[in-house]
Amino acid sequence: MISRREVEHVARLARLHFDEEELARLQPELEQIIGYVEQLSELDLSGLETTSHAVAIKNALRPDEPWTGLTHEEAMANGPAVERGSFVVPRIG
Amino acid sequence: MGVDVVGLTAWQCRELLSSGQVSAQELTRAYLDRIAAVDGDVKSYLLVDEKGAMAAAAAVDAKPISQRKPWEGVPIGLKDIFAVKGMETTCGSKILKGYIPPYDATIIAKLRDAGLIFLGKLNMDEFAMGSSTENSAFETTRNPWDLDRVPGGSSGGSAACVAASEAPWTLGTDTGGSIRQPASLCGVVGLKPTYGAVSRYGLVAFASSLDQIGPLTRDTRDAAALLDIVAGKDPLDSTSLGLTEPAGTPSRSALEGLRFGVIKEFIGDAIEPGVKEVFDSAVDAISALGAVCEEVSLPGVVRGLAAYYIIAPSEASANLARFDGVRYGHRTAHAEDLYEMYTRTRSEGFGTEVKRRIMIGTYALSAGYYDAYYAQAQRTRTLIINDFARAFEDFDYLISPTSPTVAFKIGERVADPLAMYLSDLCTIPVNLAALPGISIPAGFSAGMPVGLQLIGPHFSEKGLLDASHALEQHLQVPTVPLMKGGER
Repeated sequence: MISRREVEHVARLARLHFDEEELARLQPELEQIIGYVEQLSELDLSGLETTSHAVAIKNALRPDEPWTGLTHEEAMANGPAVERGSFVVPRIG
Repeated sequence: MGVDVVGLTAWQCRELLSSGQVSAQELTRAYLDRIAAVDGDVKSYLLVDEKGAMAAAAAVDAKPISQRKPWEGVPIGLKDIFAVKGMETTCGSKILKGYIPPYDATIIAKLRDAGLIFLGKLNMDEFAMGSSTENSAFETTRNPWDLDRVPGGSSGGSAACVAASEAPWTLGTDTGGSIRQPASLCGVVGLKPTYGAVSRYGLVAFASSLDQIGPLTRDTRDAAALLDIVAGKDPLDSTSLGLTEPAGTPSRSALEGLRFGVIKEFIGDAIEPGVKEVFDSAVDAISALGAVCEEVSLPGVVRGLAAYYIIAPSEASANLARFDGVRYGHRTAHAEDLYEMYTRTRSEGFGTEVKRRIMIGTYALSAGYYDAYYAQAQRTRTLIINDFARAFEDFDYLISPTSPTVAFKIGERVADPLAMYLSDLCTIPVNLAALPGISIPAGFSAGMPVGLQLIGPHFSEKGLLDASHALEQHLQVPTVPLMKGGER
């Protein structure tokens, strides 16, 4: 139902890596869970809207007024690699 | 003289403080001593902030009693999912180990403003994904009623903490049952408010259309009080609405004139016999208090679990994309390029269940599957919402067991994700429909607590807590476990 190739493809999309052993475990688990949720396809839900908000909510607007947020230093303080006020990352591809 | 905190409610703490019988420092010290005495067994705390708590208590004591706010000096424990400025917040995950929030969540700011003392951060399933707290990256919390059993989850630390008297009350979060199920398994009260009642600003997001913050307490009066402290519309959370009326102090003693619907789909074979027995006696108690109790069918709710396991992982896969090793948290030691850095960081930082759910969600949202899974699940959600709306035309409140079983043994369901998911069968539909739900202790099966779930219409918290209070007073279920072979 979910092929090994599909699992590897989805892992790439999710930016996750699994080794052989993990893949061998994960594939049947995903099959079991997806198999379970597939019961929904048996339901005739034609005529029902998809839920977008479960509670009636109106536009949430607030006055556009400036307030004091975090300082630059506070915002960067948890960065694993920070240089001259910027987050540093490895080169792209 | 030390104060015995075993079994104390927050209201009792408040009275001890306001009458001057106990100082805030004595009370805080007594809870810290209690934690030191029993948390080696229970393991509900991930972090105990002894210094911060004692300093905050000293500041309370420096004020004359007459100038204090009502709850000032009452201690509280916090699920490790809320941003507390300057206090490590891990969400039970290695990927956030060492993260120090630079700001307070809105509920934390409200608690500070009310003068509550933060004892520390409580264990949880990683990113609130789980029903046993075994998915914590750091430790396994144990059920104070039987240390070989799980406390439930994902707010297992919060529930076990209250049951073991390591705080008078705590806050947790509930996406599919994560407050109510552990409350049920640990024999305490757990309330999931209506979606929107409490601001989620500063809450680490799991599934944003379902997550809600709520209290875990020893009784319904404490639950009402804590809800009133944290509830409210917040400009920093555009989904927040606040309560339509405060919960106040529940005092109702009879249930005359009320109609309770017993959800037929949740009293069948999936419920273990011991739980069903306790549930049946709770139904008798509701009738004895003067209310009408009748069965009602909500055929859609049996599909809740399936819809949830599309919707919640889908939202989670998007929410957890932010953990990329750039701005905070873990980053892998070696990576040649950005893609490798993301992938290694996330693979090292996330645990098995979190990865599993990210995979389910990414799969469900991926090209070609969106309509078959996600859209169909959201239509199912509408079906469930309609079922509840119809039931509330005939009934004031709906009831069911909170959990199909009592607390299971540690390790028992780890190898079978679907069996673990079934723990939340009766609680999940309530999140899907954004309704308030509460679990209150209803009795015991083979020595383990059994919870009763009461569900109300949107923003019916006050009535729900009033009705729960009447039942609680009638049932008089003990909430203090015997620990360590007979000691309290």
